[in-house]
Amino acid sequence: MPAPIRLRELIRTIRTARTQAEEREMIQKECAAIRSSFREEDNTYRCRNVAKLLYMHMLGYPAHFGQLECLKLIASQKFTDKRIGYLGAMLLLDERQDVHLLMTNCIKNDLNHSTQYVQGLALCTLGCMGSSEMCRDLAGEVEKLLKTSNSYLRKKAALCAVHVIRKVPELMEMFLPATKNLLNEKNHGVLHTSVVLLTEMCERSPDMLAHFRKVRQLSSSQLVPQLVRILKNLIMSGYSPEHDVSGISDPFLQVRILRLLRILGRNDDDSSEAMNDILAQVATNTETSKNVGNAILYETVLTIMDIKSESGLRVLAINILGRFLLNNDKNIRYVALTSLLKTVQTDHNAVQRHRSTIVDCLKDLDVSIKRRAMELSFALVNGNNVRGMMKELLYFLDSCEPEFKADCASGIFLAAEKYAPSKRWHIDTIMRVLTTAGSYVRDDAVPNLIQLITNSVEMHAYTVQRLYKAILGDYSQQPLVQVASWCIGEYGDLLVSGQCEEEEPIQVTEDEVLDILESVLISNMSASVTRGYALTAIMKLSTRFTCTVNRIKKVVSIYGSSIDVELQQRAVEYNALFKKYDHMRPALLERMPVMEKVTTNGPTEIVQTNGETEPAVLETKPPPSELQPASQEDDLLDLLGGTDITPVIPTAPTRKPASPGGELLDLLGDLNLTGSPVPAPAPQIAQPPFLLDGLTSPPLFNDVAAGIPSITAYNKNGLKIDFTFERSNTNPSVTVITIQASNSTELDMTDFVFQAAVPKTFQLQLLSPSSSVIPAFNSGTITQVIKVLNPQKQQLRMRIKLTYNHKGSAMQDLAEVNNFPPQSWQ
Amino acid sequence: MIKFFLMVNKQGQTRLSRYYEHVEINKRTMLEAEVIKNCLSRSKDQCSFIEYKDFKLVYRQYAALFVVVGIDQTENEMAVYELIHNFVEVLDKYFSRVSELDVSFSVSEIRL
Repeated sequence: MPAPIRLRELIRTIRTARTQAEEREMIQKECAAIRSSFREEDNTYRCRNVAKLLYMHMLGYPAHFGQLECLKLIASQKFTDKRIGYLGAMLLLDERQDVHLLMTNCIKNDLNHSTQYVQGLALCTLGCMGSSEMCRDLAGEVEKLLKTSNSYLRKKAALCAVHVIRKVPELMEMFLPATKNLLNEKNHGVLHTSVVLLTEMCERSPDMLAHFRKVRQLSSSQLVPQLVRILKNLIMSGYSPEHDVSGISDPFLQVRILRLLRILGRNDDDSSEAMNDILAQVATNTETSKNVGNAILYETVLTIMDIKSESGLRVLAINILGRFLLNNDKNIRYVALTSLLKTVQTDHNAVQRHRSTIVDCLKDLDVSIKRRAMELSFALVNGNNVRGMMKELLYFLDSCEPEFKADCASGIFLAAEKYAPSKRWHIDTIMRVLTTAGSYVRDDAVPNLIQLITNSVEMHAYTVQRLYKAILGDYSQQPLVQVASWCIGEYGDLLVSGQCEEEEPIQVTEDEVLDILESVLISNMSASVTRGYALTAIMKLSTRFTCTVNRIKKVVSIYGSSIDVELQQRAVEYNALFKKYDHMRPALLERMPVMEKVTTNGPTEIVQTNGETEPAVLETKPPPSELQPASQEDDLLDLLGGTDITPVIPTAPTRKPASPGGELLDLLGDLNLTGSPVPAPAPQIAQPPFLLDGLTSPPLFNDVAAGIPSITAYNKNGLKIDFTFERSNTNPSVTVITIQASNSTELDMTDFVFQAAVPKTFQLQLLSPSSSVIPAFNSGTITQVIKVLNPQKQQLRMRIKLTYNHKGSAMQDLAEVNNFPPQSWQ
Repeated sequence: MIKFFLMVNKQGQTRLSRYYEHVEINKRTMLEAEVIKNCLSRSKDQCSFIEYKDFKLVYRQYAALFVVVGIDQTENEMAVYELIHNFVEVLDKYFSRVSELDVSFSVSEIRL
């Protein structure tokens, strides 16, 4: 067999390939050659072959057959072989392959080799892909190497130790004594890696963190002063050629130390105090003309924000961020916006000062910057600046990319709801959003808006007029059309009579209104949900309009044979209304009562977690919207609960059409349209599942059944859980249980999670708890609401599972709760 | 934490790749192609940090070669930006005026 080609030849050949197919062919040919060479057990050329294999692996071709060869290379005595072998091991092997364990012995021998480079190779590989078994076996060796005087090895050993700790956290204590002397090194490499090691230890285990904060060692001082001293030396020392990067001495080490200081100072007053000076010094002395200086300042700002620093320092930090914002460099502005987002919760006023700059960033060309600026703007909106901010944000909505529009629209709705100075302004803003970004508005915003409009009673005429004008021209934006048709259906009489105080009243005839609604129905652009809205609106107008009733009847009967099942169903029902139940029609299609205003559940401010603010904004939107159908039905049932005749029909047309048609079908399945009255309990049983699905906020029930005794469901190990009950008179199958968890031990219980399971005949809904930490000595409790649906009135039973962290260990317990009082389920 | 370190040229050919977390081999090529597409579509005066899936990309362009580093949320973006430059300077010293060819031919040396 001729000698296999060298790696360079291979690379050259592959580069000449013109197409992907040619390249693949060449590679396969070479792979075949390599495979046969491996089979021949050729020692001299093995390293060359494996090197080629690694190159092909990098390009994306499978190379797993080389794994054993790597092991053979590691076992050989030649340094070049070992080098390629370890590289191959790092790239091709990981803990998923069983083969890697064979390496353990080789690595062990190499860790004790005479040449430092071989030891270094072994440490690198172990630190890169060592599995937990390997780490356990070799940790002792690594620890020994951590104590040598050879700085080349020490730094590699420190990094390897980091990996070992990540894989096997229990071994952390083993490395503790070795870390004592690490910071006394002069070599920056060793310093850097030791700081990384200390950081990893502190992050992993709070015990270590406490240890490092407080320990007094005999010869040297505590950790924080040591770090402060090193940092000071770095800043004060003159030019040192080997560590200089654009005029600053070893910025990477500085950044690492700052990060470790951040971890040490978090929530700890003493350490924070010790750091204040050095942080101020770094903040003021660092040169900001180059990116390097800015990187250090960024890290300093993050540290200042995180520890318990004094207020002067915090103001300094925010001013630095403000300066960053004015910088021309995009990177710096992006970084400033991200950090401001993190700090806006705590230092709201300070950030307000930079509001105008932030708003300017909305107009930037860069996508990342725009997104950050948008999130920050929403966080900064408050009662005083809402008009100005809203103007800017609406302008932004007009011109931004589609991916932002949905988030921007939801954000605007939220802000408008919280801070609207007047109802008219609120409605104007909503109209503006609907017309500019109509198709991007989230579906659940529609019921929100409808509720809002219903509640602003005096604005009805104005609203419906504006909406009518909006869809006259263009009815392609679905949410806009939905809201508009709903309003026209409800307030059509106001529109036609032409009374409007706020604006010039327009002259509209009933026919024109019906024209518009019919065109929505017919148009191809309307979604089936929108069509449902339109049809219902037309139906409602039959009671509000006087001269066009026949036209309405005709329209409704046409759709009685529509292909769309939802539309057909509605049309058939409405037809029935006209024919047989005409006397009921006015009562059924009466004006909607004012819906109860519901406050959003949970935090309405944007929650910061390292810059990810989108999820929180999204989560707060669903709760208010889903409440609407529930309150609608509730009120309607109350309205018509008295009458003995089929009460199911009215709930169907006025139900929010966005809910799936399937539920309607279910309802009507019980229904008998031939005229015999369906028993009144039927709708009540069909109702609750939907009621419950919709309800996500604290109980709406105005008429709570009082007097159900509360019980202690669980009381063990200092953790006590009490249940209090509430039941509604309007819906006797729903029981609302509020749990309160308290802790009588001396230590807090953290990460508390409560889970419950009920027998199959029940349905359970758990809302989010008030927090996940139960403070000690009964000083506070966690509350959580559970809703149980019990249609068959069976005895309530529940199995609960509790998980929490107490005294540093995770606890878990299962229990059954059987002592529910009879009033809670009968 | 740094998730990966890539050097990709403008045509999308990977010159150097180092992954610090396990990624399936077929997903790697896809990942690299997407990443380079994101970087190529940026203009010169846009910022060097892109948010991609659940981590951030820090990229820097040197002639026809893009150096891209994927980091997660705990890492200081600007420090990584400097790190990229430092790395390129080291390569420059090692190869005396490094070019893309040097990078593609000395794969194993750069890796270690």
